[in-house]
Amino acid sequence: MTGTLLLGAVAYDPKVVTIWEGFRSWFGDHGLDVDYLLYSHYDRQVEDLIAGRIDLAWNSPLAWIRAERMARARGLALRAVAMRDTDRDLRSLVVVRADADLHSVADLRGRTVATGAVDSPQATLLPLALLRDAGLTPGGDVEVRRFDVGVGLHGDHIGGEREAAQALRAGRVDAACLIDANLLAFGREGTLPPGSVRVLAQTEPYDHCTMTAGPAADPGLVEQFGKLLFGMSYADPVARPLLDLEGLKRWLPGRTDRYAALDRAVTDTGFYDPDGAFDAGHHRP
Amino acid sequence: MPATIDLEGLGLDAGGHLLVERALAHLAPGDRLVVRGRHPTLRLHLAAWCRAEGHRLDQEATAPTVVRGSADLDRWRDARRAGRNAADVAPHASPAWGLAARGALVEPGGPPLSVDWVDRDLVWADIAPQLYAQATANQWDPATAVDWAARGPVPDDVEDAVVQVMTYLVENEQAALMIPARLLSRLHPHYREVMQLLAAQAADEARHVEIFTRRALLHRDVLGLSGAGGRASLQTLLEEPDFTLASFLLSVLGEGSFLDLLHFLHRHAPDGVTADVTRLAARDEARHVAFGVAHTAHVVRADPGFLSRLRTAVERRHAALADTAGLNKQVFDALVILAAGSWEPAAIARGWQEVLRLQETMDSGRRRRLEYIGFPADEAAALSALHTRNFM
Repeated sequence: MTGTLLLGAVAYDPKVVTIWEGFRSWFGDHGLDVDYLLYSHYDRQVEDLIAGRIDLAWNSPLAWIRAERMARARGLALRAVAMRDTDRDLRSLVVVRADADLHSVADLRGRTVATGAVDSPQATLLPLALLRDAGLTPGGDVEVRRFDVGVGLHGDHIGGEREAAQALRAGRVDAACLIDANLLAFGREGTLPPGSVRVLAQTEPYDHCTMTAGPAADPGLVEQFGKLLFGMSYADPVARPLLDLEGLKRWLPGRTDRYAALDRAVTDTGFYDPDGAFDAGHHRP
Repeated sequence: MPATIDLEGLGLDAGGHLLVERALAHLAPGDRLVVRGRHPTLRLHLAAWCRAEGHRLDQEATAPTVVRGSADLDRWRDARRAGRNAADVAPHASPAWGLAARGALVEPGGPPLSVDWVDRDLVWADIAPQLYAQATANQWDPATAVDWAARGPVPDDVEDAVVQVMTYLVENEQAALMIPARLLSRLHPHYREVMQLLAAQAADEARHVEIFTRRALLHRDVLGLSGAGGRASLQTLLEEPDFTLASFLLSVLGEGSFLDLLHFLHRHAPDGVTADVTRLAARDEARHVAFGVAHTAHVVRADPGFLSRLRTAVERRHAALADTAGLNKQVFDALVILAAGSWEPAAIARGWQEVLRLQETMDSGRRRRLEYIGFPADEAAALSALHTRNFM
């Protein structure tokens, strides 16, 4: 098979170069020519995927929602090729200090909630949807203190969540939004010492990143790409460091049925319009 | 009935995962573990932890239930030990073992170690572990091991000779420090006793540099002379890239001769300090010589053809130094003065004879060591005669 697959990824951290350079070389060793293009934020990556300038995009869940909307509006087909085992069934949480007089989401009326960056699915869009589901309007009934670290990275940068957690601990806010894995991580690192916080609410499980094949991708090459990804074994000492860096033990087939809550949140907040365009007034990275 | 553990009130943010891992260690991939506990976010913790570790939390189960994954087993599937156990010195050390301790179970992957010597017989001597033990047991503190108060009186013109000899000794010890330091950085740490011994040797030489410098400056503000020929001779040692040849030239021939020199200086020391520093240095040097001899003999036993490489190394060094002055005149003269103890003609005559005897002693010592290594007597004599006039 000849031809190159061009893969887009967002450089949310310098290690991203190491990761994709490693994958590129690994694919090359397995007979598939893959090159990569790094973006400073997800929105341009999605636009390039839809425009056919790249074949594959390593998309955040929000990038998937936007790509899917843009493709639908243009009559184009996308394919969710693969995701990490660690991308499945995550939950977002709203946590409060353990001794707070807050016992339900409704109790947050008139209080301040800290979130991650404006475009973080896990630390802003999904947890704020929990508030709306409880009849509270973020920004109206509840004051939102947003920690906009790494806008454009769709929450890949942990900084916004950590600052939200620090604000909670310091008493500057009444609640903080974060992903389940960071509740554990912040507990271990001491940002939120064990026993210091209580979970007030949690979302249903949802999925995170997805490797998306765009309309320009050669289906045969994508097939081969997927086959190689699923064949990567954690027992292989050459593949293992790459898997460790990218934070997975194995690649799983992409699935798209756990993005519904995020899709609804995007619609409810008008983050993107139904065609995937930015709505007026929203922050553009 | 699935396996069950109870974390009581412990969260996974405070060490609870250790208990979960311990319980999972007894299960096979696909087996289930029910995790009981009172921690309010136990299920959330478990979900996040399982995801990160390659296990799965069964979302449908009533009690939190972990379905064991295989990532931890996969990581170690092809792991091999770096030698059978800590005492097993493997004939070949794999660079893939990297810096792993001898006998450790080594996860495959990771960068290979960039070292030159990975074969036991190219660096080893069976006596290395004992010599290392001896080296650590015999470390001494220059501040207290030398009686720095025993400083004189030494006649001015004899003191000049002491300063010159000390200057020469420091120069030699600096070479003797750099060589083991260079060798050990190119050695696979699997042969750790050799590495430890070389490290102790470098530390010995560092102390020698200190005590000889301090003795030189005991009554003087400046050091003596450094001849170009002597430095050229030492530099040929630094330039020898082969482990065994470097060890042979430095320790068997060089330090071996040096040992006789230190005994000579101790015997003719004009004061207690000089006697102390030469005695202490000689004790260390004897150990360095012992390793050099044992190692070279080990190599020759494994490969008798190596004798010709040793011979060539001596001849090459001799040829490289043929046009240099060798031992500088001032050092030679200083040795005569020290042995004479004064400038009286009769004393000088005695000193002269003593230095000639020293050279004979050095020669017979070299021949003895060369014969021990495996050279026939006549060849040992010929090679000893080619040894540098600079002693080291």
